[in-house]
Amino acid sequence: MSENFGVIFSSILDGLTTTIWATLGGIALTIVLAFAAGLGMLSRWLAVRWLARIYVEVFRGTSEVVQLFWIFFVLPLLVGFRLVPLFAGILVLGLNHGAYGGEIVRGAVQSVPKAQHEGAIACNFSPAQRMFRVILPQAVVEMMPPFGPDIMVIYGVELAFYLVLAILITIVMRALESAGAKRIGRMPPPRTKFLAKTQGGGV
Amino acid sequence: MISFDDVDKSWGPNHVLKKLNFHVKPAEKVSIIGPSGSGKTTILRILMTLENPDEGIVTVDGDELWNVERGRRIRRETTQMKLTRRKIGMVFQQFNLFPHLSAIQNVMEAPIQVLGMSKNEAHERAKGLLDTVGLGEHLDHKPPKLSGGQQQRVAIARAMAMRPKVMLFDEVTSALDPELVGDVLDVIRDLATSTDMTMLLVTHEMRFAEEISDRVVMFDGGVAVEQGPPQKIFQDPDNERTRRFLKAVLEH
Ligand SMILES: Nc1ncnc2c1ncn2[C@@H]1O[C@H](COP(=O)(O)OP(=O)(O)OP(=O)(O)O)[C@@H](O)[C@H]1O
Ligand SMILES: [Mg+2]
Repeated sequence: MSENFGVIFSSILDGLTTTIWATLGGIALTIVLAFAAGLGMLSRWLAVRWLARIYVEVFRGTSEVVQLFWIFFVLPLLVGFRLVPLFAGILVLGLNHGAYGGEIVRGAVQSVPKAQHEGAIACNFSPAQRMFRVILPQAVVEMMPPFGPDIMVIYGVELAFYLVLAILITIVMRALESAGAKRIGRMPPPRTKFLAKTQGGGV
Repeated sequence: MISFDDVDKSWGPNHVLKKLNFHVKPAEKVSIIGPSGSGKTTILRILMTLENPDEGIVTVDGDELWNVERGRRIRRETTQMKLTRRKIGMVFQQFNLFPHLSAIQNVMEAPIQVLGMSKNEAHERAKGLLDTVGLGEHLDHKPPKLSGGQQQRVAIARAMAMRPKVMLFDEVTSALDPELVGDVLDVIRDLATSTDMTMLLVTHEMRFAEEISDRVVMFDGGVAVEQGPPQKIFQDPDNERTRRFLKAVLEH
């Protein structure tokens, strides 16, 4: 039993590590994409604004499941290879939440008063310095309320969902195991439970 | 030092500057007065490149800042404009300090970022400037922790840190409580008497304008209706509109 428990425990741990990595990777990708999209939508160049807008609308307008389907099943047909499921997951998480985050970044940047832009121009800052030294540091504070719950809660919920799923599967497995063990009147050897069950039924 | 040649500016039907011709000599201290909406702020904002003229040429220290032909696409942030803009500093009515930076960081940031000055040097310069405006004790305070008068003096130090040739002051004491106005005016008076900076002040402090300026310009209806030495303008104006305006202002 203790050996069995060890296996269950290590598979939970495996699932947990994978989920944590996927979550962290997804968060990192989300932040990068959100800033790129948010600033892109405010760009001086029409083409950049359009590109950012199209990205945001497409990924906000379709469901994550559809996006996962495209990336995992359709994309391989186009490019000839399939992403490791973990990477496909990270990519979908990042692309989807990045699109929502883009709107948060845009809103926060636009909420910084015009007077701050003008103060920065009077200081002779270049457009990039104005954005990165003056506007963004103030906008980031604005982003925290919407971004905080977004990243923390949404990813947290997804993380919890994966964990509960992993635990449920393990519980079901253990129930099947003990049911099988009762029928044959002994502990099933680890890893050979299905074989043991059929053997037990056969005798 | 500053020249506006045939500068025109309107917002829709509101014709704010009508073929304005306006010139300022180096080191001259000029006060701009006039009723609300007469375009005083607009003149300063065009100089700071916060607003563009619809037509006309603006030069600073011999370099072109704006050269706009009516109907042509307006080009912002040209290299020429950026270089010319460095000669100009501005102090705003609402201070416009950066709230996420301390007083001294507000003053250090532009010399480091724009002039490429070392941190130590910028710190020295900023500390010196904040000392002169009486904020030596509050170097590390963030703007929201300072009074309006203190914030405005930090803003003056911030503009001075770039050593501009031209300084623009737009009603810099109108947002202050009356008891804080004096300290800020003292700082500007010091600058006016101790430096050869060209200064352009939009102000409603008539006594102060009379005291420090070489010339006073009265604006109304998009044109300079009268200008001259402060004694002349304040004591014996020729223009009827100037007389009416001063009477209204000085009655309070
Ligand atoms: N961004 C803008 N959009 C539309 N109208 C504007 C804008 N900026 C200024 N105006 C108009 O231009 C006119 C001149 O404005 P300006 O701020 O230069 O006046 P002012 O002389 O500084 O007045 P005050 O003494 O009230 O500060 C006003 O009628 C104002 O409503
Ligand atoms: Mg004004």
